[in-house]
Amino acid sequence: MATVLDAPTASAQPPKMAQPAAVKSGALAHTLYVLRENPVTALSFGMFAFFIASAVIGPYVVPYDPLATNSAMSLKPPSLAHWFGTDNLGRDVFSRVIVATRLDLIISVAAVALSFVIGSFIGAISGYRGGWLDTVMNRGLDIIMAFPLFVLAMGIVAALGNSVANIIYATAIINIPFYARLVRAEVNIRREAGFTQAAKIAGNSDARVLAFHIFPNALPPMMVQVSLNLGWAILNAAGLSFIGLGVRPPTPEWGIMVAEGANYIVSGEWWLAVFPGLWLMLAVFTFNLMGDGLRDIVDPRRRT
Amino acid sequence: MSFSRRDFLKTSGVLLGALPFARAIPASAAPRDTMVAVISQTINSLDLHRVGTNRASYQIAVNCYDRLLTFGSKTLPSGELSYDYNKLEPELAESWTVSEDGKVLTFKLKKNAVFFDGTPVTAHDVKWSFDRSVSVGGFPTTQMKAGGFERPDQFKALDDETFQITLDRPSKLALPDLAVPVPFVINSKLAKQHATAEDPWATEYLHKNTIGSGAYKVARWDNGQQVVLERNDKWVGGPLPAVRRVIVREVPSAATSRALIERGDVQVAFEIPDKDAAELASKLKVYSTPIENCLHVLCLNTKFEPFRDDNVRKAVAYAVPYEAIFKTAAFERGAPMWGGTGTVDSIAWPQKSPYDTNLEKAKELLAKSGFPNGFETTLSIATDLSAWMEPTALLIQEALAKIGIKTTIEKIPGANWRTASLVEKRLPLHLENFGGWLNTPDYYFFWAYQAGHLFNSSNYDNPEVNKLVDETLHMSMDDPEYAPKIRRVIEIIFNEIPRIPLWQPALNVALNGAEGYEFWFHRQLDLRTMKLTEG
Amino acid sequence: MAGRSAAIIGRIAQAVPVIIGVVVISFILTRALPGDPAVQFAGLAATPESIEQVRVKLGLDKPMPEQFLIYVGQLAHGDLGQSIATGRPVAEELASRLPASLELTLVALVLSCIIAIPLGVLAATRQGTWVDQLCRILVTAGVSLPTFFTGLVLIYVFYYLLGWAPSPLGRLDFVFIEPDRVTGFYLIDAALAGDWETWTGALKQLILPAITLALFTLAPIARMTRASMLSALSADYVRTAKAAGLGSRQVLFTYAFRNALLPVVTTLGMVFSFVLGANVLVEKVFAWPGIGSYAVEALVASDYAAVQGFVLTMALLFVVLNLIIDLAYSTIDPRFGTGAR
Repeated sequence: MATVLDAPTASAQPPKMAQPAAVKSGALAHTLYVLRENPVTALSFGMFAFFIASAVIGPYVVPYDPLATNSAMSLKPPSLAHWFGTDNLGRDVFSRVIVATRLDLIISVAAVALSFVIGSFIGAISGYRGGWLDTVMNRGLDIIMAFPLFVLAMGIVAALGNSVANIIYATAIINIPFYARLVRAEVNIRREAGFTQAAKIAGNSDARVLAFHIFPNALPPMMVQVSLNLGWAILNAAGLSFIGLGVRPPTPEWGIMVAEGANYIVSGEWWLAVFPGLWLMLAVFTFNLMGDGLRDIVDPRRRT
Repeated sequence: MSFSRRDFLKTSGVLLGALPFARAIPASAAPRDTMVAVISQTINSLDLHRVGTNRASYQIAVNCYDRLLTFGSKTLPSGELSYDYNKLEPELAESWTVSEDGKVLTFKLKKNAVFFDGTPVTAHDVKWSFDRSVSVGGFPTTQMKAGGFERPDQFKALDDETFQITLDRPSKLALPDLAVPVPFVINSKLAKQHATAEDPWATEYLHKNTIGSGAYKVARWDNGQQVVLERNDKWVGGPLPAVRRVIVREVPSAATSRALIERGDVQVAFEIPDKDAAELASKLKVYSTPIENCLHVLCLNTKFEPFRDDNVRKAVAYAVPYEAIFKTAAFERGAPMWGGTGTVDSIAWPQKSPYDTNLEKAKELLAKSGFPNGFETTLSIATDLSAWMEPTALLIQEALAKIGIKTTIEKIPGANWRTASLVEKRLPLHLENFGGWLNTPDYYFFWAYQAGHLFNSSNYDNPEVNKLVDETLHMSMDDPEYAPKIRRVIEIIFNEIPRIPLWQPALNVALNGAEGYEFWFHRQLDLRTMKLTEG
Repeated sequence: MAGRSAAIIGRIAQAVPVIIGVVVISFILTRALPGDPAVQFAGLAATPESIEQVRVKLGLDKPMPEQFLIYVGQLAHGDLGQSIATGRPVAEELASRLPASLELTLVALVLSCIIAIPLGVLAATRQGTWVDQLCRILVTAGVSLPTFFTGLVLIYVFYYLLGWAPSPLGRLDFVFIEPDRVTGFYLIDAALAGDWETWTGALKQLILPAITLALFTLAPIARMTRASMLSALSADYVRTAKAAGLGSRQVLFTYAFRNALLPVVTTLGMVFSFVLGANVLVEKVFAWPGIGSYAVEALVASDYAAVQGFVLTMALLFVVLNLIIDLAYSTIDPRFGTGAR
């Protein structure tokens, strides 16, 4: 959702000069500077590192098998043995939450990467070529945007079946227009710019000019978009789970755990929804906060 | 619904102030005569006969229309009130006779029965209504067929008060089938006024209007939200209900329903999940009646290779963790259906299967089968029914893994479930539930075990079972041949086990400030016996 | 102005292919849904014959292109078809449910604006301080939770535990009678009827779901306010005003804030259409009779006409909304609309 909204900010920024491969030598120092300057960004990077670590080593260090049921231990509140309590089948919620990190990161990263690549491609061609191709592609994007996005995602998953891959496709499809629009706007502004002409005269092919001279300019605003979308992809999967279109059981996934646990809140088994909910929130939170920080790091204009 | 705000205020009069939970008005200031019931599904039509009418809507047929007959009631061993399949009682019919050969049923109607608009109920109305139910197609027509009612020419109005049905063959299912919700009696004069050439059965009109003679009439229907019912004081079908007004409110979220009933803002929460029923039982009055002639089963599709093998099916039946499933998926509501003696000495259905959890035996049987090293398959469940199916499937998946059968759980959403499981019968291993309205074992076997029938999602086809079911379906239960034949069927289906009984589910209803709940086979809330209590 | 009306006509012309695309895609998407509506609606004990009867009745036995032509023909007459599940015309149903969703969304947005815009301004004027960071954390936290989760937690705390909120049973408690329908917005209808008790009742029901949605929309509005305030504050006219010695409060509100509002309004438009579609989950939790819950039910039941009608309505709303925003923009900003798009 927030996805929609940062796009105008980004494109509203005055056109900047291309900085092909400029961020190299001073990159580390600059990153450190941004992090020092902005503790919240530093915090978000720290949390991101934590999530990556959970995703990589989580499955090997959790105390219980996340799939093992134990009907004698069902619905037990948090204790020393089960930090986050157990669920209705006696499975350890802590282990499930940690193990789920990998799948959730895969879903969000894959979905965002897909829409990033496809969106950039469509946007770049459309912005660079212009003309009828631009018009056709634009109308195509308009059609996707005119759908109520969550319902479109629901429809796609319902039609294709609820597997992890299809959830990723659905999330990717509804995000494509945002990337395409962003890239198109940035490319469109620069296709006649001096440096573009210069690069062309220097003998670069169109594809090369587009990829290495024009496209990098679109990266800073896209960074924000990417980080917001990462968070939103997880929420989207959670929403799909809530209406029964999530990943297959017994695979642990935050969204499905919150969705199923939510029904236990009123009966007092709060830990079922709260802990995965907390993790989900922290992850989305991390991605959202990282967005601004990433822009500051990638965007050369912000260097002082 | 032509029901203006002014009318509403006028008819409700004092009532309005007496509606429950008017926080501004002290609850004790006025007699409470409005009951609020929450249901989880939506009522999508006031006409049971319409194509597309869902199950929750049947309660309109139950409460707002009359049938010729109804079932009496009995008290179950648990102290709960239930309908009694073996006791037929008059509703619109005053008396009835069955001819010597059992083929002609003659009904005398009650003389004082009138429709909501005051016109008397005549045999012509009954004839029109029955014609309608066998002609509109779909579910009502199928259900009528079960009792042997197939064509309009079988129904005759001899005079205003006498109605006659001629059957093609005598059947024990005929009279009970007249007491199910389907053959309800409609005000045909009024209906015909709204019938058109394209819509001869006035389905458009009846979809939005109740024109019956039942205990309640619909005062207001806000589609997708609520139905407001008001008592029909002229009702002659039975003792006048105690509650004057009932609001049936649709609340899709089970958690929200639970909060409402616990706080006492509603008096009835109908069809609540097993878990809530188990937990609320200590705080409120909760009824968990095992549903007659109904089973939750694990189906092994005999069209698919591993499950064609008798030993594989038996191995699976011995691997299922029945106890754990009953505890974690059913919260011990309903009745266990495993660990029977192994000898079939009764014709009671459902009855305990001879299987029990025994992994050693399961491994042995699998080793003897054509798949000694196990195999991989898909275990399918319905998204809509995931409340019981998902935990059950997870436990079965885990147990089957122990004997070398690797399963992937596949959740199939709403509309596709019936197509895949029942119509195309293409799910190798899946959970299923079937309950027969007419409470006889042969009726269950007809739908669930006879070749080609809808609920036989295992594609089970045993010539002997097919023959025995055909023979017993219309046979009287007093017939000396009946019991041995049924016992034989049970023996075969337990031995070949295409459907593994897991447990008999319960219908859970929580009351807070109401009483008089009676269980019905149709699993709808019968408002006619309900009463409000203080506090 | 001839140029402007030409631009408007141009914009409308652009919307036409979009609507056609939506019609085609929604038709294909619904047909791609697995499951057979004939089976779904044939009822409990359906036989192959009765399923076939239902199929014929629903017109689903005809070949796909013919079905599409029939559908388009109906659309041309303004007929969205009939929902099988509810047996009512889809148009009628959407018309009765849309106000419920719109009312909820609008109240949520108003609430969100009341909180988010001051927060955004505050953050912009104190850029880089802990106030700025705190605002950022607060609004981000709101958008980080799934709405159904927030909704259920609110019900649990404010209704179940504390008993402050009314029962989460849709738009009105049983005590009240729905106000005479004028607009379908209970708050407006009750006010028109002068029935303030019902008005209060309707408002009370709105509070929890509106908070749930508002929490989710804080972030975009606050972020946009902050960003546009920042760019306004660094603009030349503000610097000039400050240099001219105008009071900082006056500069802030008369110059910077008013100029910063334009992008915020655009954002609001987008948030609005997005939230309307995302209502689905909140409506389910609060038993809210809106179009979102209608769409979910229809999708799960493969109720083709209802899904198509919903999607088409939302698309039309979206197109109209964008048109209005564009027109508003072009009225306010003379540089706009001369061929940039």
